[in-house]
Amino acid sequence: MSSHSTAENYQGPPHVHHMDAPTAYSAAKLGMWLFLATEILLFGGLFAAFALFRWMYLEAFEHASQQLAWGWGALNTLVLLFSSFTAAMAVEAAQKGNNQRVFRLLAITIGCGFIFLIIKFIEYRAKYVHGIWPSSAEWNDPQFNAHYKSFFGLYFCMTGLHALHVILGMGLLAWALRKARVNRYSKEYYTPVEVGALYWHLVDLIWIYLFPLLYLVGHPSWHTPFGH
Amino acid sequence: MSHSHSDSHGQGLGHIVPASIFKKVFATLVFLTIVTVAVSLVDLGSMNIVVAMLVASCKALLVALFFMHLKYENPLTWVYAFFPILLLATLLGGVFIDNPMRHAPAPLSAPAK
Repeated sequence: MSSHSTAENYQGPPHVHHMDAPTAYSAAKLGMWLFLATEILLFGGLFAAFALFRWMYLEAFEHASQQLAWGWGALNTLVLLFSSFTAAMAVEAAQKGNNQRVFRLLAITIGCGFIFLIIKFIEYRAKYVHGIWPSSAEWNDPQFNAHYKSFFGLYFCMTGLHALHVILGMGLLAWALRKARVNRYSKEYYTPVEVGALYWHLVDLIWIYLFPLLYLVGHPSWHTPFGH
Repeated sequence: MSHSHSDSHGQGLGHIVPASIFKKVFATLVFLTIVTVAVSLVDLGSMNIVVAMLVASCKALLVALFFMHLKYENPLTWVYAFFPILLLATLLGGVFIDNPMRHAPAPLSAPAK
C-alpha cells in the first residue's frame, strides 16, 4: 500500500478563502446536489413529454417500443449499476486515504462508461441501418407512422442527452482520478471523488427510469432480446 | 504529520458507508433489474407500467440513500434532493389533469343547437 498519503507528499485540504475545510467540503457537496436538482428538472421535462405522448398514442408507442433491443438495454443497466457501485466504493476508499484503490475503482467506473457508450452505439446503428433515424428516407416517407416519430424522437433525445451526461461524467471522474495518481486524497480531503461520484450516480439514476420506460413497458418479446 | 489509519467514524469530513453495505445494495439492484425484466415479459396489461415504475423507484431510492449517502446527509440536503421531485410531480400532475379533460367529450348538458 505504497500510495497511501505519506508524510512526504501529504498536502491536506486545499486552502479556500473565507472558509475552513469542512465548510468548503459541505458547500461543494451541496452545490452538486443543487446542480443535480436542475438535472432532474431538465430530464423531467422530457419524461413529462414522454408520459403525455405515450398516454395519447399508447398503441403506437407500445409497438415502437418493441423495436428496441431490450437485451442490450438490460445489459447496459447492469453495466451502469456496476459502475455506480464502483464509484461508491471509490468514495469509501478516498475517505480512508487509499489513493491506489481510488485510482483502480475510478478507472473501472470510467471503463464501464465506455462499455455503455459502445452498446448504445450498437443500438443506434441497428436503428440507423433500418432507417429509423430522423431525416432518413424511410422516416420522411408519409407511410411512416407519425406517432412512431414521436416515440423515436423522444427515444433519441432522451438517450442522447443521457449519453452526453455519461461522457461528461467520465470527464469529471477522470479529473478526480488524476488527483488520486498524485496521492491527493486523505480523510481530510476527498471532495472531487465525492462530487464526481454524486454526478455519476445521477446518470445511473436517470437510466434506471429510462430503461423500463423505453424498453420494457411496451410488452417486449422474450424471443427477440437483441432485436429482429 | 501523524496519519494513523484508525477507523474513521466522526474523524473524517463525511460519514463513511462501509463497503459491505454497497455490496448488498448492488446485489439488490441487480435482483430488482432481473425482476423488472421478468415482469415485463408477462402481459399484465396496464399494470406493467405501474410495476415497472414502482421497481424503478425502489432502485432509485436505494441509489440515492446509500450510493449517494443521502441517508446520512443533513436536512438541507434532503430538501435539495426532494424539492425537484416535488416540482416534477407538479408538472406531471398538471399534464395529467389538463390532458384528459381537454379530450373529454362535451358535457351532456351542453345546449343542442
